Amino acid sequence: MSTPLEPPGRLRAALIVARFSLRESLRRRVFVVIAVLTLIFLVLYGLATWQAFEAADEFGTGTASGVDAGTVVGATMAGLAMFATLFLGTILAVFLTLGAVRGDAERGLLQPLLVRPLPRHTLLLGRWLGATAVCAPYVVVIALASFALTRALGGWWPDRLAGPLLGLALGVAIIAALSLAGSIVLASTANGIAVFMLFGAGLTAGLLGQIAEAIGSDGLDDIARVATWALPFEALYQAGLAEITIDTVGFARLAIDLGPFGGAEAAGAGLWLWSLGYLAAVGGAAVAAFARRDL
Amino acid sequence: MPPALSVTGLRKAYGPVQALRGVDLELEAGELFGLLGPNGAGKSTLVKIACGLVRQSAGDVRVRGHPAGSPEAHAQFGYLAELFRFPEWCTADELLGLHQQLIGSPGGEAERRELLALVELGHVPDRRIGAMSRGMQQRLGLAQALLGGPRLLLLDEPTSALDPAGRHTVRSLLEVLRERGVSVLLNSHLLSEVELVCDRVAIIDGGAVVAAGTPAQLSRPGGVEVETAAGARTFADARREDAPRIVRELVAAGEDVYSVRVLTSTLEDAYLEAVGRSPAGPREEIAALGEAGR
Repeated sequence: MSTPLEPPGRLRAALIVARFSLRESLRRRVFVVIAVLTLIFLVLYGLATWQAFEAADEFGTGTASGVDAGTVVGATMAGLAMFATLFLGTILAVFLTLGAVRGDAERGLLQPLLVRPLPRHTLLLGRWLGATAVCAPYVVVIALASFALTRALGGWWPDRLAGPLLGLALGVAIIAALSLAGSIVLASTANGIAVFMLFGAGLTAGLLGQIAEAIGSDGLDDIARVATWALPFEALYQAGLAEITIDTVGFARLAIDLGPFGGAEAAGAGLWLWSLGYLAAVGGAAVAAFARRDL
Repeated sequence: MPPALSVTGLRKAYGPVQALRGVDLELEAGELFGLLGPNGAGKSTLVKIACGLVRQSAGDVRVRGHPAGSPEAHAQFGYLAELFRFPEWCTADELLGLHQQLIGSPGGEAERRELLALVELGHVPDRRIGAMSRGMQQRLGLAQALLGGPRLLLLDEPTSALDPAGRHTVRSLLEVLRERGVSVLLNSHLLSEVELVCDRVAIIDGGAVVAAGTPAQLSRPGGVEVETAAGARTFADARREDAPRIVRELVAAGEDVYSVRVLTSTLEDAYLEAVGRSPAGPREEIAALGEAGR
């Protein structure tokens, strides 16, 4: 029974854990449930978009009225799709990670893995990679499908594509990291509640920014900006919203800004650097907390 | 060669609660060591510290010379937790495959088959863990702990969910491991089991070792019982070497002797004494209750 062991390196061990997490999702039919519910969402979105463009046709899609109603409807519906996509991606990220440490430790699932020479930080990295490998492609595919539906039904296509898609993907990766970090100190239910409250706080910060834009309040705008950057998944979403209509000008621009997804704050490379740094900081804090935890 | 496991001055506090108060133990290569003690005595905490799952407050724990919790120490032992669970969706073979990958065992399918056969699960490699009984899962846990051929096994209540046949399988397995020079730390409530297989025993109570030695050392003389035509007579103060003299005297006195039995206290008696409970305690308490009820 005695054989010389060749333990995998840290990255390979993390990939083994990530692959095992993915296989668990596949075997527990998580993907089937996601696919069915997403299909329902896309059907509903398609119906709503079709109806919205129909209404816009009655209003007049040309520029004779001064407003390109098709652009306004397309951008607004795409904004809605991005919000729904982030929300669905958040649900997925949270449910894949909310009990990853404390929950699994209490159920006795974690101990047999950790006593193998599997460092705790490697386990965390593996679980995060596994969750992100599901959530990030998911939000990219759903957002793309929504944009494609918007184009098929009304001829509208976002001005920029890569930035908003990558922003959503990084956003859910950050949420997965927050949820994973929370799972070290909180029981599963408490962690789920905490992460959804953070998501809600980000959403509120975004709405505050829109109100600030509408009423021209610099103070409120500052509060909203600080809050969204403190929860960068919201800032990334806002930046994506801004980018999908970045080349839109004139009355259509004004109409979009006054709409429910208007007033989004564009951001540059600084936001990306900040988000990556934030992700690293959450990861570092999680590793430090896990290292001190008795199991 | 360093000891398989060495524990020196080990202390662990959970807030104001002292779980371990300076424990010293040493487990030699190829030794089966039993850890006994009541619930909450600190046995599982000691094993978890050795595994690196819990950090000690003070003291030193080394696995074959490597500090507990270090990657080098982790590579030396297999562990079966008292309260463990494996993912229910995967099969026995898949689970062992995952652990093989994590420890870097090159044993492949042959190792998995051998270990499943060793714990008498060779007929269900593709059964989902969720469809296995608790006893089967416990035996699978043993197979998992044996992957890679560890030189030290840390077993926390490995037979708690097993039926008598399953316990017999585990006892046989432990004896095979001893023959192969594997050291085993067996944390168990089943005193008879520990008495049967362990070379040495430590009894922990209140976070400290209150008795240690071989099962024979921990047992005490309990007298000599002689069966004569008049019935069984017990010479409570007599020892083994007194038996021939007693028989001679009885025969000289004209009595017929049918059997002689040298009595020793069991490990259970030694355990109850060590943890401050009289073996007759509950019987006396029940009798006292009965008296009070009259």
